[in-house]
Amino acid sequence: MMILNRATWLTLVLVLGAAVLLAVLNLTTAQTAAYHVPTYAVALVGKYLCFAMLALALDLVWGFAGILSLGHAAFFALGGYAMGMYLMRQIGARGVYGNANLPDFMVFLGWHELPWYWHGFEWFGFAALMVMLVPGLLALVFGWLAFRSRVTGVYLSIITQALTYALLLAFFRNDMGFGGNNGMTDFKDILGFPVQAETTRCALLIITAMFLCAQFLIARWLVTSRFGKILVAVRDSEARTRFLGYRPESYKLVVWVLSAVMAGIGGALYVPQVGIINPSEFSPANSIEAVIWVAVGGRGTLSGAILGAILVNLGKTYFTSAIPSLWLYALGAIFIFVTLLLPRGIVGLFSRRERMVQTDAMPAVPKGAREAIG
Amino acid sequence: MSDVSAELHDTLLYLDGVTVSFDGFRALNSLSLVLEAGEMRAVIGPNGAGKTTMMDVITGKTRPDEGKVVFGRDTDLTRLDEPAIASLGIGRKFQKPTVFESHTVWDNLLLSLAEDRRPRFTLWARETRQERERIEEILITTQLMDQRDRPAAGLSHGQKQWLEIGMLLAQEPQLLLVDEPVAGMTDAETEQTAELLREINRTRSVVVVEHDMAFVRALDVKVTVLHEGAVLSEGSIDHVSDDSRVIEVYLGR
Amino acid sequence: MKRIAWPLLVTLLCLLPPAGRAQSADEALAALSSPSFETIRQGVSMLAQSGHPQATAILAALQSSRLFARSSDKALFIKTDSGAFNDAATGKLAPDIMASGLKQVRLNNAVRAELDAALGSLRLFSPDAGTRRDAAEAVFHSHDPAALPAVERALTHESDPAVKLRMEQASAAALLFADGSSEPDRLIAVAVLRQRGDIDSRSLLASLSGQPPAVAAAATAAVNAIDWDLQLWSIAQSVYYGLSLGSVLLLAAAGLAITFGVMGVINMAHGEMVMIGAYVTFVVQQVIRDIAPGLFGASLLVAVPLAFMVAGLIGIAIERTLIRWLYGRPLETLLATWGLSLILQQAVRSLFGPNNRDVSTPGWMSGAMQLGGLTLTYNRLYIIIFAFLVLAALMAALRFTSLGLAMRAVTQNRQMAAAMGIRTPWIDALTFGLGSGVAGIAGVALSQIDNVSPNLGQGYIIDSFMVVVFGGVGNLWGTAMGALTLGIVNKFLEPVAGAVLGKIVVLVMLILFIQRRPRGMFPLKGRAAEA
Repeated sequence: MMILNRATWLTLVLVLGAAVLLAVLNLTTAQTAAYHVPTYAVALVGKYLCFAMLALALDLVWGFAGILSLGHAAFFALGGYAMGMYLMRQIGARGVYGNANLPDFMVFLGWHELPWYWHGFEWFGFAALMVMLVPGLLALVFGWLAFRSRVTGVYLSIITQALTYALLLAFFRNDMGFGGNNGMTDFKDILGFPVQAETTRCALLIITAMFLCAQFLIARWLVTSRFGKILVAVRDSEARTRFLGYRPESYKLVVWVLSAVMAGIGGALYVPQVGIINPSEFSPANSIEAVIWVAVGGRGTLSGAILGAILVNLGKTYFTSAIPSLWLYALGAIFIFVTLLLPRGIVGLFSRRERMVQTDAMPAVPKGAREAIG
Repeated sequence: MSDVSAELHDTLLYLDGVTVSFDGFRALNSLSLVLEAGEMRAVIGPNGAGKTTMMDVITGKTRPDEGKVVFGRDTDLTRLDEPAIASLGIGRKFQKPTVFESHTVWDNLLLSLAEDRRPRFTLWARETRQERERIEEILITTQLMDQRDRPAAGLSHGQKQWLEIGMLLAQEPQLLLVDEPVAGMTDAETEQTAELLREINRTRSVVVVEHDMAFVRALDVKVTVLHEGAVLSEGSIDHVSDDSRVIEVYLGR
Repeated sequence: MKRIAWPLLVTLLCLLPPAGRAQSADEALAALSSPSFETIRQGVSMLAQSGHPQATAILAALQSSRLFARSSDKALFIKTDSGAFNDAATGKLAPDIMASGLKQVRLNNAVRAELDAALGSLRLFSPDAGTRRDAAEAVFHSHDPAALPAVERALTHESDPAVKLRMEQASAAALLFADGSSEPDRLIAVAVLRQRGDIDSRSLLASLSGQPPAVAAAATAAVNAIDWDLQLWSIAQSVYYGLSLGSVLLLAAAGLAITFGVMGVINMAHGEMVMIGAYVTFVVQQVIRDIAPGLFGASLLVAVPLAFMVAGLIGIAIERTLIRWLYGRPLETLLATWGLSLILQQAVRSLFGPNNRDVSTPGWMSGAMQLGGLTLTYNRLYIIIFAFLVLAALMAALRFTSLGLAMRAVTQNRQMAAAMGIRTPWIDALTFGLGSGVAGIAGVALSQIDNVSPNLGQGYIIDSFMVVVFGGVGNLWGTAMGALTLGIVNKFLEPVAGAVLGKIVVLVMLILFIQRRPRGMFPLKGRAAEA
C-alpha cells in the first residue's frame, strides 16, 4: 500500500490549508470584517490539532497493534508539563513575587532553591528533548514490563488507567514541585515571542499543523511498512505471530514508545496555546475521551483519528457553551452509538477500498488464549 | 543417554519423561517419544490424552514440570520460548485455523517467510523478487493462487487450513506440528490435504495429530497412541489397531 | 481578732473525728462566708470532707460564682438559673430573700485550686458510678498528692470493680508524687501504672523524678514495657483501619467480581451502580423522615434490599439493551459502559443536583467502643461485618441456589448449558443483575462514610478493578483477600509515606504485580483458565 494515497493527500492538504487560511484571516483582516477570524478561534483550532496528535498516537497503538490504552493522556500531559516548565522559567522575575530564580508557586511554598529536575528547562532545546524523552522513557519502562509479561487486552487497559491515575495523584501533590493543584500558568513568552500575541498564536497554529502532518506521515510510513503489517498481525492473532518466530513484545514496544513520544509532542504544543497545564490533564476520564475520538473517526484509519478528534471536540465546544447540561449525555451517547452501531467509525463508512482493518475481530484475553490452545 | 541415542538414530526430536500437571491433573504423565529426521508421525488418542499439551510443550507454550525435550543434536527446548523455538525451525498449525484475518493471502505468506524477524529489519524491508517467487511457489502448492489478493477472513474453512499450512511452509521449518488438519473438511479436501502433507514430508519431518482414522490410514505412517498423558502403543496403523489396550481405550468401558 | 481565730478553729475542726461531722459542716459553711480567701479555702476543704449532703451543690455554686452570703447572719444562699435563691444548707427554696442583702462569695486562684480538688474528691463519693470513675480519672491525670486521702477513703467504700481499679490507679499516681510514700508502696504503684499500660500512664511514669533508684529503674522498665504494648496496639489499630478500608474495597469490588470475574464483562458503569445504591439510601431516609420518623434507625435496613433491587433491575436493563450485543468484545464493552456511566452520572446530577446529599448515620451506628488500646468506631465495624455478610451471601448464592448453579454452568460451558435447557440469555441478564445489585448494596454502606454525590462511583472504579485483578479474576475468595490485603498495605504505608503517596505506592506496586502475575494472587490454572 502506498504511503501517499488519496486520503492521505486530502488530510495533509486540509490540515495545512485550514491552518494557513485561519492564520491569514486572523492577521490580515480588520476585526470588524465579516470574514475576520478572532484570535480565540485560532487558539481553539490549535488545541484541536494537538488533540488530533493524541488521537493519532492512540490510533497507532489501538487501531494497529490492538493495545487499548486508557492512559494515553498521561503521555500528552507529561509532554505538556515539560513545555510548561520551560515556559515557567521564561517568566523570570516577571512573576508576582519577582523572584528571578524560582517560579511563583515555589516562592509561595517557601522553597529557596530550584529542585534538581528543574535545571536545564530554561533552555528550549533541553525542554524540547524532555518533551519527547520523558513520555518515551515512561512508555519504555511500562511497556517493557507489560508486554514482556504478556499483559494484554483489558488487563493492559486497566493498568494503563491505573498508571495515569497514579500520576494524577502524584501531580496533585505540592511537594512534587510541579505546582500542585494549580499547575502552571501565566506564561509570558516562548522563544522570546509573547505567547498572547496574535502573531505568536498564528505561528503556533501553523507549527502545530506542520507537526501533525509530519506525525501523520510518519505513522502512514510505519503502518504501510512490513513492520506495520506485523503489528496488524499481532493485533489479529498474537499467538500466530509468536509461533511464526516474531516477538510481539518488541513490535508493541517500538510502536508504544513512538506513540507516547507523539502524544508528548502534542501536549507540548497544547500548553502554550491554552496557556495552562494542571494535573486534571492526567484524569482517567481524559484518556478515555481520547479513545472515543479515535472510535468516532474510525479506528485503524489514521485520517479517521484526526477527523474524530476534531469533530468530537467541535461538538464539545459547542455543547459546553450552548447547553452544558447536555454535553455528558451527548458524549455518553456517542460512546454507546459508535461501539454498537458504527464500529468502523466515520471513515469506515466511506472507504470500501481500504479494507485494511477489521474492527470486530479484536482478540480478547480469554478468546486469544482459547484460540492458542486450539 | 540422550546424546547416544541422538547420534545413533539421527534423532530430530526427543521427549523423555515429560510431565505436565494442571491443578493436580496430569495432562502429560512421563511421556517419552522419539522422532527421526525426515519421519512423518501420526499421533492419535482420545480427548484429554495430552495431544495438544504435547504440542504446547514442544513449541514452548507450556513448560514441563519434569522431563527433557531435545531438538536436533542438543538443543534443550524447555529453556526457550515460542519465537525462539519457531526460529529454530519448528512450525505449528493450530487445531482451529489461525491466520491473519485482515491481511491478504499474499501478506499472510509474506509475513511467514523465513527472514529476519526483528523490527529493525521489518521497518525497512521491501518485497524482493526472491520473496515473490517463493510466495508464488507456495500459492501453487496450496492451490490458493486465485485467492492471493483476498483478505484471509474471506476464505473458506478448508482454504484457511491450507493457507496456514502454506504459512508453515514459508517458514522453512525442519519440523511441522500439525493439529487436526482435516477437521471440518470434505472428503475431497481431506484427500488433497493428505497429499499435501506427503509432499511436505519429502523435505521435512511432520507430526500430525488427528482424530480421523481414515485419514491416518491414508497417510500410512508410524502411529503413536496417547492415553492419559503417556504413550499407550506405537507402530504401524495395523499394529496399533490390533493392540488390545488401544481397542479398550477407544471402544471399551 | 476574728481573723486570727478562724484559721485556728478550722485547724482544730479538721482534727475532729468523723463523729463531729455535722458540727464541722456548720463550721465549714461559716468559713465560706468569711472575707478571708485563706479561710474560704479551708472552708472548701472542710466542706468537701464533711459529708454534708449539699456539699457538692454548694461547691459547684461557688465555682460558678452563684454562692452568696447574707451580710446579716452569714447564712449562705445559692442563686438559681431563674434568679431565685435557695438556702445553701438545705437546698430548699428561700422565698423572700433580697438580693441587696447578699454578698457574693469571692474566689482567688488558691481557692479555685482547692475547689477543683474538693469537687474532684467529692465526686469520688457520688452515687453515680460513672461520675466516680471520671473523678478517679481526674485525680489520675492531676496526680495531686493532696487528693490521696480522699481517694484512699473512697477506695474503702467502693464496690464497683471497674471504678475501684480506676481509683487504685489514681491513688498509685498520686502516691508516686507524694513526698512521704515508702519505697515498697512506690514500687507497687509503678506496677499498677504498668498494668494500666496506656499512653497516660506512660507519660506519668516518664515524668517521675527524685525517686529512689529501685523505683526509678522499675519506672524505666515499665515505660519500655508500655512502649512495646503501645506499639502492638498501634499495629492492631492500623490493621483495623486496613480491614475497614479493605472491607470498603471488598464491597465495591464484590459486584465486579461477578460481572467481570465470572462473566468477563468490563462494566465501567459499575461505580455508578454503587452511586445509585447510595442515592437509594438518601431517598429512603427522606421518605422515612417524612412519614415515619420513629423508624429512622431502621432506614439502612430498608435501604439494603431496595438498593439491591433498584441497582439490580438497572443492571438487567443494561445487560438486555447494551451488553448482550457486545459479548466477546471486551474493549468495546468497556467503551460503551463508560458512555453509559457518563449518562447515569449526568442523570443523577439532573435529578438530585450536583452537590453532596446528606445521608445520616443512625444512632446505633454512631460512636465507638474501646477494646484494650483499640478504638473501634461503630460505623466502620458494622461495615466490616456487613462486607463479610455480603461476601458470604454471595458465595452461598453461587453455591447453593439453582441460579448460582446455572450461572456456574453457563460460565464453564455455554453450549453445554444451553443444550441442557438452561436459558443462557436470561442467566446472563440475572448474573449481571446480581453483580449490579451487590454494587447497589455497597452503595448503602458507602453512603455512611463517603460523600453522596454523582461522582461517588468514579472514585471506586479503578480500585475495584485493581482488587479483582489482584485477587485473581473469577475467584470471589481471591477478591476478598485482595481487598483486605490492599486495604491493610495501604493503611500501613500511610503513616510512612502519607495518604496520597501511600496510594500511589500501592498503585505502582499493583501495576508491577499484575505485570509479574497477570492472573492475580489466586489464578485459576489449566484449561479452566483458558477456556
